[in-house]
Amino acid sequence: MGISIAVCIKPVPDPAHYDKIKIDPVKKTVVREGIPTILNPCDKHALEAALQLRGPDGLVTVIAMAPPNAEETLREALAMGADAAVLLTDRAFAGADTWATSYTLAAGLKKAGNFDLILTGTESADGATTQVPAQLAEWLSWPHLWNAVAIETAGETALKVKTKAENEWSDYQIGLPCLLAVSREANKPRLTSLMGVMKAKKKPLTVWNRCDLDVEDASLGMPGSPTQPGAIFEPEMGRKGIVLSGDAEEIAAQLVEKLRSAGLSIETGDTCAPGGAGV
Amino acid sequence: MKTTNPADWKGILVVGEITNCRLQPVSHELVGKALQLKQDCPAAGEVSVVLIGSGIAAAGKEMQTSGADELILVDHSQCALFHNDLYAAILKNIIEARKPSVVLFPATARYQDLASMLGIRLDTGVAAHCVDIRINETGDILAVVPAFGGKVLGDILCPAHRPQMATAKPGIFRPGEAKPGHTAKVSAFDAGGVIAETMGKTRLVALDAASCAVPEGIPLEKAPVVVCGGWGMGSKENWQLLGELAGMLGGAVGCTRPAIDEGWMPDESSMIGTSGKVIRPKVYIGAALSGSSHHVCGMKDSDLIISINNDPQAAIFEVSDIRVVGDAKQVLSALIERIRTIRSA
Repeated sequence: MGISIAVCIKPVPDPAHYDKIKIDPVKKTVVREGIPTILNPCDKHALEAALQLRGPDGLVTVIAMAPPNAEETLREALAMGADAAVLLTDRAFAGADTWATSYTLAAGLKKAGNFDLILTGTESADGATTQVPAQLAEWLSWPHLWNAVAIETAGETALKVKTKAENEWSDYQIGLPCLLAVSREANKPRLTSLMGVMKAKKKPLTVWNRCDLDVEDASLGMPGSPTQPGAIFEPEMGRKGIVLSGDAEEIAAQLVEKLRSAGLSIETGDTCAPGGAGV
Repeated sequence: MKTTNPADWKGILVVGEITNCRLQPVSHELVGKALQLKQDCPAAGEVSVVLIGSGIAAAGKEMQTSGADELILVDHSQCALFHNDLYAAILKNIIEARKPSVVLFPATARYQDLASMLGIRLDTGVAAHCVDIRINETGDILAVVPAFGGKVLGDILCPAHRPQMATAKPGIFRPGEAKPGHTAKVSAFDAGGVIAETMGKTRLVALDAASCAVPEGIPLEKAPVVVCGGWGMGSKENWQLLGELAGMLGGAVGCTRPAIDEGWMPDESSMIGTSGKVIRPKVYIGAALSGSSHHVCGMKDSDLIISINNDPQAAIFEVSDIRVVGDAKQVLSALIERIRTIRSA
C-alpha cells in the first residue's frame, strides 16, 4: 500500500555564489549573471522524505512554478527518484509574491491529482520567506506543519510528526491529506546515480501554463500580489577594517587589548556593563 | 483577490509569543518597534499586544508595563500547546474585529507560520523577516527585507491590502523601555467559540507537552561574546579551541552550516545567519569562516567584529573592525595562552 505524494520544488541561484550578486546601478535590478541554477537545497530533504514514505506502490510527483528552463531542475528531481514532474510556467506568473505563488501552485496541485500528502522544503535559498508551505496548505484548506524533523505513518489515514521550533520539539498527529514542510534535520538526501539520470529522461514531465489552470488572471504574478517591491539596495557595513600583523603571539597580545577596550575584563572574563564598544 | 479600504484600518497590533509559559523577549522587541512607529506617525493609532496561551497571567503582567496601550489576553486551557490552525483562527477573529492597520509577528518557527496562514485567511501581504520597518505620514509601512542571504535588501510595500503584516526575527529590534508608571488597558478575549468551531473541523492534534532542550551555557542571543567557527577550523580537535576561548570570555560558541554538516556542532541551534539566529554581541570573533552573505546577515550588527582567516580575500573581512590574516588554530591557541598567562599572573 503506497501513497501519492507531491513535492514542491524550486530552482534557485546557487547560494554558494550569492557573494557575486550585484545590483545594477542604472536599472536597479539584481544582477545574477554567471551564477548557476540548482535545485533549492531544502527541497532535497522534502524529496528524500517523500521517497522514504511512498511505499512500494506509491507515487512521487515533483511540481515547480518557474521559468521554462526549470525543466532541468525537474529532471534532476526525477533522477533522484521522483516518478513524474509538472512544470507550471507562464509569463503571467512572474514576479509573484508568496500569496500569488501559493495560489498558482495550489491550482497546479489540484489539477495534477488526488494527493494524500504534499511535502515542501522549509524555505528557499533566495527569498527564504518560509511562507509558501503554510500558504499553499491554506489555499487547499489542508492542515499543515512547518519544520518536520521526523515523520511516521499512524495507520492508513494519519501521520505522526515531530516538529522543531527553535530549541523545542513538539509531537502532532495530522490526518491525511496534509502538507508538511520538511526540516533539513529530517534526513540526508540521497545522491543521484547514473542509472537515475538515465531513467529520468524517460519519466513524464508535463508543462502547464495559465490556460491549463483554473486561476483568475487578477491573482497571478506581480499584479496579483498583495505585496509590491520598492527600491533595492546593498546593505551598508561601515567597518573600520584594521589589519593586525605579526606572529600568532604578537597578534594575540593585540587582540587582548582590543577585547579590553571593548569592555571585557581579561582578568575575570566579565563584561563591564556600559563598556566602551569602540576599537 | 479582494482589496480593502485602508482608511477603515487603524492601530498597530503586536502578536507576542509565549513558549513554556514564558513571554519571549522578541515580544518586547516588536513592541519597541511598534512604539517607534506610533511616535513617527501619530495617525497610526494605538499599540495593542495580543498574547495566546494557558495560564499566562504572569506574562500578561510583564507585558502590561511595556509601553503598549492595550493588552489582549487569550488564556484558555486548549491553548496550552501550540496548534497553528487554532491560533490562526483566534488571531483572524481578533484582527477582523479590531481592524489594525499593521500587525507585527515574531519570525520564529511557530509565529512566522501563523503570519503566513493569516496572509491567506485575511487576503493580505506578509513581509518576511524584516530588518527594518518604517512608516509614512499616512500610516503606510515600508518593510526592509533581505534576499539572497542578505546580500540584497529590498523595500516591500502593501499598498492596497490591510492589515499590513510583517515578521521580524528575535534580536532585530531593540526592546521598548519598560514604563512602570504606564499600564496597558487589559482585555480578555473569550476564545471558547473559535476553539469549539476549529477543533470540530481540524485534522491536526497536538500531542503531549512540548519537550524543551535547554542548551548548555549562555544562550547565544544573550552572550556578550560569541566565538564563531567555520569549515576552515578543519577538525573536531581544532573546534574545541572555540569553546575554550568562549568559556574564558564568558561567551558562547556559534557556527556556520558546514560545522553542522561536519558534526562539530550538534544541530542548527547554534547556527548564525538568515536561516539561523541573529546576534548582536559586544564582541564577535569569527574564525576560519568565509563570511557568506547568509552568515553576515546574522552577525553584522555586533559591536566589535574580529575575524581570523588565512585568505586575505575572505568576504568576512569586508564587515570586520579587526582583520587577522592568519591560521585560526594558531591565533586562537596563542590568544587562549595569552589570557591564561594574564590570569595566572
